[in-house]
Amino acid sequence: MDAILIQLLNGLDKGGAYALIALGLTLTFGTLGVVNFAHGALFMLGAFCAVLFNKVLTISAKVKDESITFFDAYKETPYLELWWGDTGATIIDYSVPLSILFVIPIMLLVGVIMERGLIKHFYKREHADQILVTFGLAIVIQEIIRHFFGANPIPTPAPDVVAGSAAVGAFFGLNENLVYPWWRLIYLAFSLSIIGAVFAFLKYTTFGMVVRAGMADRETVELLGINVQKRFTIVFGIATVVAGLAGAMYAPILPPDYHMGMDFLVLSFVVVVVGGMGSLPGAVAAGFLLGLLQSFASMNEVKAIFPGIDQIIIYLVAVVILLVRPRGLMGREGVFED
Amino acid sequence: MSTTPNNILEIAGVNKTFGGLHALSDVNLKIEEGETHAIIGPNGAGKSTLLNCCIGRLIPDSGSVTFNGKNMIGMAPHDINHAGMVRIFQTPEIFPDLTLLHNVMIPALAKRDGTFKFNPFKSLASEKAILEEAHATLADFELDKFHDQLAGSISRGDKRRLELAMGIIQHPKLLLLDEPTAGMARHDTNRTIDLLKSERMSHMTKVIIEHDMHVVFSLADRISVLVRGNIITTGTPEEIKNDPKVKEAYLGESEDE
Amino acid sequence: MKKILSSTPLIMLIFSVVVLSAPIWLAPLGANYPDLLQKFAIFGIFAVGYNILFGLTGYLSFGHATFLGIGSYTAVWSFKLLTMNILPAIILAMIVSGVFALVIGFLSLRRSGIYFSILTLAFAQMAYSLAYSVLTPITNGETGLQLTQQDPRYLDAIAGIPVKDGLPSTNLFGTLIKSMDGYFGFYVAAVVLIVAFYISLKIFRSPFGMKLRAIKSNQTRMKYTGFNTRPYLLTAFVISGMYAGLAGGLLASIDPLAGAERMQWTASGEVVLMTILGGVGTLIGPLLGATIIKYFENIFSALNSNELHKIFDFLPEGMENFMVTVVGPFVGEGWHLTLGLVFMIVVIFLPGGIMQGISHLFGFIKRIFGMGDKPAPVDDTVNNDSVSKGGAS
Repeated sequence: MDAILIQLLNGLDKGGAYALIALGLTLTFGTLGVVNFAHGALFMLGAFCAVLFNKVLTISAKVKDESITFFDAYKETPYLELWWGDTGATIIDYSVPLSILFVIPIMLLVGVIMERGLIKHFYKREHADQILVTFGLAIVIQEIIRHFFGANPIPTPAPDVVAGSAAVGAFFGLNENLVYPWWRLIYLAFSLSIIGAVFAFLKYTTFGMVVRAGMADRETVELLGINVQKRFTIVFGIATVVAGLAGAMYAPILPPDYHMGMDFLVLSFVVVVVGGMGSLPGAVAAGFLLGLLQSFASMNEVKAIFPGIDQIIIYLVAVVILLVRPRGLMGREGVFED
Repeated sequence: MSTTPNNILEIAGVNKTFGGLHALSDVNLKIEEGETHAIIGPNGAGKSTLLNCCIGRLIPDSGSVTFNGKNMIGMAPHDINHAGMVRIFQTPEIFPDLTLLHNVMIPALAKRDGTFKFNPFKSLASEKAILEEAHATLADFELDKFHDQLAGSISRGDKRRLELAMGIIQHPKLLLLDEPTAGMARHDTNRTIDLLKSERMSHMTKVIIEHDMHVVFSLADRISVLVRGNIITTGTPEEIKNDPKVKEAYLGESEDE
Repeated sequence: MKKILSSTPLIMLIFSVVVLSAPIWLAPLGANYPDLLQKFAIFGIFAVGYNILFGLTGYLSFGHATFLGIGSYTAVWSFKLLTMNILPAIILAMIVSGVFALVIGFLSLRRSGIYFSILTLAFAQMAYSLAYSVLTPITNGETGLQLTQQDPRYLDAIAGIPVKDGLPSTNLFGTLIKSMDGYFGFYVAAVVLIVAFYISLKIFRSPFGMKLRAIKSNQTRMKYTGFNTRPYLLTAFVISGMYAGLAGGLLASIDPLAGAERMQWTASGEVVLMTILGGVGTLIGPLLGATIIKYFENIFSALNSNELHKIFDFLPEGMENFMVTVVGPFVGEGWHLTLGLVFMIVVIFLPGGIMQGISHLFGFIKRIFGMGDKPAPVDDTVNNDSVSKGGAS
């Protein structure tokens, strides 16, 4: 029972990240009709925004270490602490959640530049060309990050307050000793609220209505004289920001490295396909479903019966669903089938 | 048609619904061997749906399509082609990235090779008989001078004639033509009529869906009128011209508009 | 004139001469050492085979490195269990990867477009993950599969080949070619490449190849024209899978070890890149792409800042430092950055790859000299496709 609870939380957690990435991918599919293989790189870029933010905050000066008296010793102290004392230290401690404020404008800018500068020219090209050019872009982004941040994962801590674990066991009336990292719980709540926000935005704003209509039937919307092009840029920006946020908040869970985007991209594509191309609820549902499946497959009891199942479960599910239900769980007819 | 007519295609009791819409309801139609049969009717009457049910693009909800004594329902499109029923599409379905010559060679090869043949070591240049036939067919359609151009680069009228050539080279038992002159200028339309009346094609059994009454009355031996998924009447051009039901159907339709 | 130029025997003659003399004419480029020449030939085979699927049918597979990996594993097992002779190893590599391609292709080809791409990617990722985990007894996991002194080598034992100290080297019938080291390895790979290219040329010019191209152009039309398209696609898929297996078997023949990293999806991406760079659907393009990528990978990835300083030595010092700073990120470890950029530039501006560029260039020259307005045909099959690609952009 305990193990199941932990795997359930693990699965929801991972599923949250998958769902957020898949959400953006599906938005770009559905509205722009573009297959974006650089979407994983945007997730990675978000994570490195958090890293960069942390690095900027901790730019340090060499200060004489007063605690060592018998020779002149120096220690690095961040300017923020020098200037603002404890307040500065707290800001540094909260660098990851605070980085959200930094991620949103940066990723929006990245998204707009990417759409205007590159993606726009590929609306009318074949899907294969779209895949290939964004694949190239993903390599470029990833290599630029590697050039500046190196190849090793960079640990990026969560705030001290939530660095520990929550006594989830006691909460659910199970084993008292059963604990789960706070930050992961926060991530789950965060991903759910972002998903909620995106859906609310699409559902209750006029802009969202047009986007949804565009996903259902682009030609008609264009015939109505609505400038779809302009909205495309914004939609792409939203998808970029969502991916960036997902990445930034994931940094404390998985120390970011330059190729994390590729790892998540392959999985997210599978998620999108399983959910059904162009279906937003499908992407979210499939994200959580596959996250859960993956974490349950990694239980020792399961692995004992099907060795190696944890490694391939997602792909196996994807293959089965694609073969049995070609349009995924909630896909519509005629999307990306030519 | 003095001898007893032999029905090459028999459509019996075919129904097809999309959602709540009855696209075809209880359609019965017999096509006689050797005739040119036109199907006319207002927009949305179900003409294209009927053709799609014949060639395996759609499967009717009920009813039967019997071609040359064989049931066609549920057969794959390529098998239906080999049974001898060939369709020409309304928007030209050609191979835009291939040359005109290759475009007509492919159906000729289909006729000879069947649904699948693996011959990677045979050279295209050694297919003398096929090449000869392809050139001859292109020449019949006044397209041979473009034979090494890409099919995607020729004019729309030429594309439609190319597709016609692609159908003819298979010597089909029955040719289904979906609005062969739609969107064509008068000059191109007349050229197409002449082609369809030419020696090569005049004896071929044809079903033509057409809006242009000029085309219909210059070609058809018999005409069926399809209205809201029903065949309301079938007869010779003279009979159809004077049929009050037909007038009513067309006039009724125009009142709706 | 054109007829003679595009005749199969002449093309094959020129091709063979060019390939076999590569050690000579690549010398000025500093690319005439065996390791690199072997890579040219082997990845050339891989790309030529991949092009039969992607170039002719337009089906974009993101999992072909799997078959390369399977070929390598099979060949190493053949060296371990049967004999150090490379011929059985290569043949087995092709057969086994062909069987895998048959199964994976049969399932993946039930879908088209991006769904097909994702299916191949999913299968590739499964194979890759399994090779690292459960299949360790077969693949030896992260260490990679290697030869050992204790390997039985039953056929060699039956033939009475004495077991010496140290690991035996791969060979071709023991005496014919005693070792695959150095230029021997290259010439074996080169001969295989010539055969592989010949088969590809025949396929391109056969009715079968024309039908594959017709499927790419308009699959729906093919069905209503009376072709069952799926067996055609599956055959192309299996052929390209066997080419990949052949390349993998050759890699293992030259250096008898096999690791799962050969099956990673970035490796699959690389062959796509080679094909695109050279020219999708052209005969010679993929080979050109493979050679160029492997060449620049070799040159660029070896450069470091010291060498850059040497290269820009002729500039004034300020300029020299500036150039080193600018170029630095693109070479050495940053070679992939260059690769990614080149890839994007090709897809954006030259979707037909280098072959399209060449054909445009010929057209340009002809127009300048007023020799008519048609682009110069290098070879009819090559020309057709690059022109059509150009038209689509």
